[in-house]
Amino acid sequence: MFDVQAVRADFPILQQEVYGKPLIYVDNAASTQKPRQVIDTISQLYLHDYANVHRGVHQLSQRTTKSYEQARETVQKFIHAQSSREIVFVRGATEAINLVANSFLEPRLNPGDAILISEMEHHSNLIPWQLLANRRGAQLKILPMTTSGELDLTQLSQLLTPQVKLLAVTQMSNSLGTINAVETIISAAHAQGVPVLIDGAQSITHLPVDVQKLDCDFFVFSGHKIYGPSGIGALYAKAAILTEMPPWQGGGDMILNVSFEKTEFNEIPYRFEAGTPNIAGAIGLAAALDYVTQLGIPEIAAYERELLDLATEQFTAIEGLQVIGTAANKGSILSFTLNGIHPHDVGTIMDMEGVAVRTGHHCTQPVMDFYQIPATTRVSLACYNTPAEIEGIVQAILKTKELMG
Amino acid sequence: MSELRELYQEVILDHNKHPRNFKKLDPYSHHAKGHNPLCGDKLELFLNIVDDVIQDISFVGSGCAISTSSASLMTQFLKGKTLAEAYIFFEQFHDLVTGLPLSDATLTGLGKLAVFAGVQEFPARVKCASLSWHTLINALEVPTETAQTE
Repeated sequence: MFDVQAVRADFPILQQEVYGKPLIYVDNAASTQKPRQVIDTISQLYLHDYANVHRGVHQLSQRTTKSYEQARETVQKFIHAQSSREIVFVRGATEAINLVANSFLEPRLNPGDAILISEMEHHSNLIPWQLLANRRGAQLKILPMTTSGELDLTQLSQLLTPQVKLLAVTQMSNSLGTINAVETIISAAHAQGVPVLIDGAQSITHLPVDVQKLDCDFFVFSGHKIYGPSGIGALYAKAAILTEMPPWQGGGDMILNVSFEKTEFNEIPYRFEAGTPNIAGAIGLAAALDYVTQLGIPEIAAYERELLDLATEQFTAIEGLQVIGTAANKGSILSFTLNGIHPHDVGTIMDMEGVAVRTGHHCTQPVMDFYQIPATTRVSLACYNTPAEIEGIVQAILKTKELMG
Repeated sequence: MSELRELYQEVILDHNKHPRNFKKLDPYSHHAKGHNPLCGDKLELFLNIVDDVIQDISFVGSGCAISTSSASLMTQFLKGKTLAEAYIFFEQFHDLVTGLPLSDATLTGLGKLAVFAGVQEFPARVKCASLSWHTLINALEVPTETAQTE
C-alpha cells in the first residue's frame, strides 16, 4: 500500500496555506517540489564538503568529486545505461536537446535532409530542430496525432524517408499526458537507419526507464521534474555515438592538453561538460533519484494511475468540462477546458482556492492549434497528491463555474 | 472570495459574455493586432479616425474575461474621444491597474473603466487588462505592428 501521508511528510513546502486555504499543488508537470532528503543533501554538501570537482588534490575537492561522480552512476543506474560514460550532466532536457542538435546532427545534416518530430512535442523538442533545419536548409517533418491525442503510427513508415537524419519524440506528452509507444517508434526508425532521441522530461518521473531495452540513441531529462533541483539534467547517449561527437562548448574541464596551436579534448563524458558544472545540482539530483527509487517507480506509477482515474471520473462528471487528451495510455496529466470560461480566469480563481494549476499552451502551441483552442487548464499529479485533493480541485472548478456564471 | 468578486465584477462578466463593438470595421483608418504570448490572448483592433477624433472603434479576438471585457469597455469609452485624450487615458488606465494612486477626479473621469481597479491585487493579470490599451497605442503609432504585452 502506497503511504501517501508518509510521502507528504517528506515535502515541507506542502504543509502550508495560500489565501487561507490548504495548498493543493498540482502543477507538477511544470516542476515538482523537493523532499527533505534532497534539500538536506544539498545543505550537507555546502555545510561540510563543497569544493570544485576534478581539479584539487585537497580533501574537500576529492570528497565533492566522489559525490559528483557517484551522482553520474546513480543516473546511469536509474535509466539503466550501460556505462556512466554515457551520462552527460547538462542544465536540463532543453540543453541536452540543443547539445545533440549542435554536436551530433548539425555536422551530418545536409540541405534537403529532414528531421522528424511529432505534433505533440514540447517547444524544447521542436525549436532546436527548427533552428537547425533552417540553418542547414533541411526540412522539419511532423508525425501527426489523432483527436484522442495519440500519435498516428500508421503514418510513421512513409515519413521515415532516406532524407530523415534523426527522429525526436517525447515519451510522454506534457500537455496531454499521452504515453507514446516509443519502443515501436524506435524499432521502426532503426529499421531505416534513423537514430532516435527520446524526450523523457515528463516520463522520467512516471515510468521506469531502461534506455538499453528501448535501444534509443539519446535520452534526455531534467532533474526538477523528478523532485530534484532545477538547472540540472542529463543527456544519455550511446557511448559509440558520444565518442564520435565533437565538443559543443569549450572551456575548462573538457580538455587534456591546451596550447595556442592545438587542444586535445578530454574523453567522454567530460568533453561535453565545459566549465564548473552544477555540482550541487548533480548531487541533489542523485538524492532525488535515490528517493524515488526507494519509493519505487512502479509503485508511484500505480498510485498516480489511481489518482488519474479518480480525477478523470470526477472531472468528466462536471457539466461543460472537456478533457483534452484521452489516450488509452496516459500518465497523470489532465488537461481540460470549461465551456465559455477562459483558462486564465480558471487559473486565477482556482489559485484563490489554494489550487496551483497551470493554464496556457504549456509550451505546446501546435497541440493547441490542433484542438483549435487557445489554452487549457492542466492538473498534473505527483506521488504526493491525494484523493482528498482531487475533491478539493473539483470543488474549485465548481466554484469557478459559479463565479463566472 | 472578496478579492475575486472585486476582480470579476458584474460589469466585467457582462462585457465578457456580451462584448460590445465586437466586429471588424470596413473600411478603417487604423488597425493593430495584440497578442499576449503568455496566455495566448489575441485581439485585433480597428479604428476610424477623422481629424484626430476616434469616430468609431471595434475589436475582434479571443481572450480571458479580463482582456475581453477590458477591450469591450475601452471601445465604448474611447468613441468620440480625441487622440490626445486617448493617450492620457492610456496612462491613467495603466496607473489604475498597476495600483498607482489616482485622484478622485481622475477616477471619476475613467467612468466604468474604474472596475479594473481590482486587477492591481492580481499582478499576473495586469497584462490581460492592458493588452487592448497597448494594442491601441500600436494602432495609433505603428498601424501594422503586433502589440505585445511581454
